[in-house]
Amino acid sequence: MALLRITSPHTQRAGRRTSWVMLMVILATIPGIAVQSWLFGWGTLINIAIAAITALLSEAAVLSMRRRSVVFFLTDYSALLTAVLLGIALPPSVPWWVTVTAVAFAVIFAKQLYGGLGNNPFNPAMVGYAIVLVSFPVPMTQWVGASDMVSSGSMMSLSQSLQAIFHHLPSIDSYTMATPLDGFKHKDSLSSAAAFNSIVSLKGANLSSWLFINSAYLLGGLILLVLRIITWHTPVAVLSSLAVISGVFYLIDPNHAATPWFHLTTGAAMFGAFFIATDPVTSCTSNRGKLVYGTGIGILIYVIRTWGGYPDGVAFGVLLMNFAAPLIDYYTQPRTYGHKKAKKGLTIKEDN
Amino acid sequence: MQTTNIFSFHGGIHPPENKAQSLTLPLGHPSLPKELILPLSQHIGQSSRPLVSQGEQVLKGQAIAINNGFLSSFLHAPTSGSITAIEERVIAHPSGLSDLCIVIEPDGDDNWTERKPLNDWRRISKTDVLSYLAEMGIVGMGGAGFPTQVKLQGAHKHPLTHFIINAAECEPYITADDMLIREKTEQLVLGIEVLQHLVEADQVIIGIEDNKPQAIAALNNALAQHNSTIQVAVVPTKYPSGGEKQLIQLLTGKEVPSGQHPADIGILCQNVGTCVAVHDAIYLGQPLITRFTTLTGDALKAPQNVEVLLGTPVKHLLDYAQATHKKISRLVMGGPMMGFTLNSIDAPIVKTSNCILAASKKELPAPAPEQACIRCGMCEQVCPASLLPQQLLWFSKSQEFEKAEHYNLFDCIECGACSYVCPSSIPLVQYYRHTKSSIREAREAAVKSDLAKQRFEARKARQEAEAAEKEAKRLARQKASAQKTEGKSTATEAKKATPPAAETKTAILDESKKLKVDIALAKNKLKKLQKQLVEAQENEHVEEINHLQLQVTEQEKILTSLEQQLEKMATTPAEKSTKAAPAPVNEELKKAKIDVALIGAKLKKAQKQLAESPDDKELKANVSELEKGLVQAQSLLDRLTPSTAAQKADMLQKASSKPTVNDDLKKAKIDLAIAKAAVKKVEKALKKAEELKAPEADTLRQQLLEAQQRVDSLEKALSNPQTQSPMTEATESNASTDESAAKNEQIKKQKIASAMAKAAINKLKKRLAAEPDQAESIQQEIAAAEKRQQEADALLAQLTQSQDTM
Repeated sequence: MALLRITSPHTQRAGRRTSWVMLMVILATIPGIAVQSWLFGWGTLINIAIAAITALLSEAAVLSMRRRSVVFFLTDYSALLTAVLLGIALPPSVPWWVTVTAVAFAVIFAKQLYGGLGNNPFNPAMVGYAIVLVSFPVPMTQWVGASDMVSSGSMMSLSQSLQAIFHHLPSIDSYTMATPLDGFKHKDSLSSAAAFNSIVSLKGANLSSWLFINSAYLLGGLILLVLRIITWHTPVAVLSSLAVISGVFYLIDPNHAATPWFHLTTGAAMFGAFFIATDPVTSCTSNRGKLVYGTGIGILIYVIRTWGGYPDGVAFGVLLMNFAAPLIDYYTQPRTYGHKKAKKGLTIKEDN
Repeated sequence: MQTTNIFSFHGGIHPPENKAQSLTLPLGHPSLPKELILPLSQHIGQSSRPLVSQGEQVLKGQAIAINNGFLSSFLHAPTSGSITAIEERVIAHPSGLSDLCIVIEPDGDDNWTERKPLNDWRRISKTDVLSYLAEMGIVGMGGAGFPTQVKLQGAHKHPLTHFIINAAECEPYITADDMLIREKTEQLVLGIEVLQHLVEADQVIIGIEDNKPQAIAALNNALAQHNSTIQVAVVPTKYPSGGEKQLIQLLTGKEVPSGQHPADIGILCQNVGTCVAVHDAIYLGQPLITRFTTLTGDALKAPQNVEVLLGTPVKHLLDYAQATHKKISRLVMGGPMMGFTLNSIDAPIVKTSNCILAASKKELPAPAPEQACIRCGMCEQVCPASLLPQQLLWFSKSQEFEKAEHYNLFDCIECGACSYVCPSSIPLVQYYRHTKSSIREAREAAVKSDLAKQRFEARKARQEAEAAEKEAKRLARQKASAQKTEGKSTATEAKKATPPAAETKTAILDESKKLKVDIALAKNKLKKLQKQLVEAQENEHVEEINHLQLQVTEQEKILTSLEQQLEKMATTPAEKSTKAAPAPVNEELKKAKIDVALIGAKLKKAQKQLAESPDDKELKANVSELEKGLVQAQSLLDRLTPSTAAQKADMLQKASSKPTVNDDLKKAKIDLAIAKAAVKKVEKALKKAEELKAPEADTLRQQLLEAQQRVDSLEKALSNPQTQSPMTEATESNASTDESAAKNEQIKKQKIASAMAKAAINKLKKRLAAEPDQAESIQQEIAAAEKRQQEADALLAQLTQSQDTM
């Protein structure tokens, strides 16, 4: 009788493996994907499919080059999650090669070249997104509009979506319009009230479609919270800091600044707060650290949206805070049991 | 009864409890096993010292091992029977190694030794009660096995606010404490009262998890009957609420400061099992020989709690619980969270074994392959010590020990909650254990290297001081020689007057040189022969040994005769011409010095060998002989030097008396230093021997004493020459000094002869003991040697008399 000799503990929480965590995050995006498809057509789903295939192929290629077990690492679903997040983030009508570039860059450069899962300092999905946003600004800012507001008056059909993505759809312009954030950014000297009255993309219907999308991601995020896959710290910090800073500027200058509600319900606010900023690998570790990290992202989102060169700032906000995460970690260690104070930084001082 | 506030602690997990299985059957009492294996180390601290020997009959409850130092414990026979062995057996230890165990074969009668309950524990002094508990072998039964009396003593450092009885039993599967509370409620309460009497805490609280309703009810019932002030605090079920620090936080809201003990903040924790053991000891006079243990796991058909004798092999219990041995894939002693796996089912139950978990493969499957840490932070959320396990893992993997320590790695209680929740199946606790032990090792190494550095620096300083002293002496000599040249102008005249004396001197010198060469050759040969002899002895070639022995003795004879000749050479000219005396005396002095050095070197070598193989009797004899020789040579040297000093003194007259004294002083100083070094060396050897508990420690101590005496005498000598030599110089005339010097020489010679004879006798006697078949011839030799010695002694007596009368 050969007895197994290993050290304690001898049991593990059943079921909750890393692959389960990844799968749950993917599944939690379903409400958001559903709403996005309902409002903008098949584009998002096609993007996700292209992204998934690209991610799995590039991950498998690099893994076999690194002589790692391909099946073992592919089934942790981390590459798939990156693909899904990117597929959601890219505009529904974006050409296929943009998606492929973004995903391949995310998986190969932002993740595998750093050592694979767990070793990447930057959020791979956001690295991929930033790369294509900087490289191909035109397709990246063409977002499908709400069906009753665009000039064609209808949603793109499946074949039209496929044509737009894989070939070229000459009538693409009749289906796209600026996002509310884009519209508000380019209101120029118009006052807020005038802008909301005159600019098409800031009309009620367009605003409410983005409200639906954000609500759907909020729902998905709440599911993740209930499953205890994420903690409340990061999303609450992101959203509350975004609300606070936009509120402050709105109070200072109501004529030119948007309301906190506008900021929280447009663009990738909820998606970013619950699905992007909470990426555990690249964010802070301690609860206090997550609060600082999330606050930083919220502020950066507002800064980029208001004064930056891009309509939305989630990607750059998250990437910039990824830089800061290790430093924040050093200064936000929790107070350990039996210690009077939490330790700060890395100076080895007399124990307290 | 007042209810206590329940606080909360950070983290914690809720693993499946699996406690019901072992509670379906009532408490079991397994039969006596064929043998009881009692490890000598069942507690924290040093192993106990056995009081019994193999074959001895013992009674139940008889002490069979005694505590060996402060942190140690007594051990008692769990039943009557005979000691069949005291040997290495597999023990229940994470290492899976063996340790010294007392093995008892029960006689089946279960005869008790006389039990002496301590009924007057309230009246007698607390120290007496504590020592009684120590004698009863009571240790903490929660897990660590910390000797209870030591813990109770430690609790007196600060006035106690809380005395906490740990009944939380938070580990899954284990129900031993639950069952104990139900079965022995009365005894538990009485035991707690005894302990409370000893520690006098403000509050006594029993902390128990809410998943033991029956035990809680039984406790409340018993406490109500006793009108006791003991409180029962029911805490929510959460692992690890039974951890000492966590329970303290739950019941008092206080945290034990890092690196301190609960006693430092006025809190004492005791396990319920310990309290019942205290009751049994005080009221019944029963030492700690049984304990409650849970037998559980899927591989057992009848999982249950048993009251089991210490030392019962696990196999016996598995059979009792109807184990399907094939199904056992992992055998855990303790719970699934913090228990350790057993290597063998032969390991015995010890004082701290609270559970045997015989798990099937399905129940405790092999851990999933480790994946990358995704820093999900689940570990951090459950860590009861509020650590950052994911960061600690990072530092552990990259061996950044300083950072790991900075992140409070040593506050980790190794509860395993982090590993339990880790989605990547990373064995975090194992990483932390490894890093902790690496850091401890590094610390020890650092201490060692610090010591080495100190030693090195001390040595450097000493060497520098010596060099400085030498330099100073050299300068002093230079000064002295400058003075000497002045004195020499008068001395040269005297030298010119005696050219023939100088000639004889050179002739004698030549001859003595030749003799010396001969001696050296003979010594070489002797050495070679001795070596061969030793080899032969090692290889047990009897004939060769005899042959070689003969050769050796012959060679020794030759050598002694040569040496005698040389001595004669040295002394005869002294008799013939007083003027020529200085040279031979100098020669002899040199020879004596060389002898001292040679013997010293040999002694060193032998001591080294002795240190390497401390049991070698021959070597020891050799060492003692060499030491004798050294003492003799030293005394010879000592005796020689004053005479040379005197002669030199009269040759150089009063003007040059100072440097001579200086020389003498120097020499004495050097001798003293050598002797001191010898003392140090012997001290070191003694220390080492004591560490090793080697049997030669006594002889070494003797040596040390001797060496110290030598140092003392030398020190005396050092202070004497300064006063003596000028005195002798002043009072004695040249002639008389020379004459007395010659006489001295003779006395010395005789003394040496006598000593040599004695040594020869000793040697022969030893040989006689070793080779009884050659007794007759050796006896004869002894007789001859004794005769020689007597002659030498007689001569010596004569000489000394004549000297005295002079």
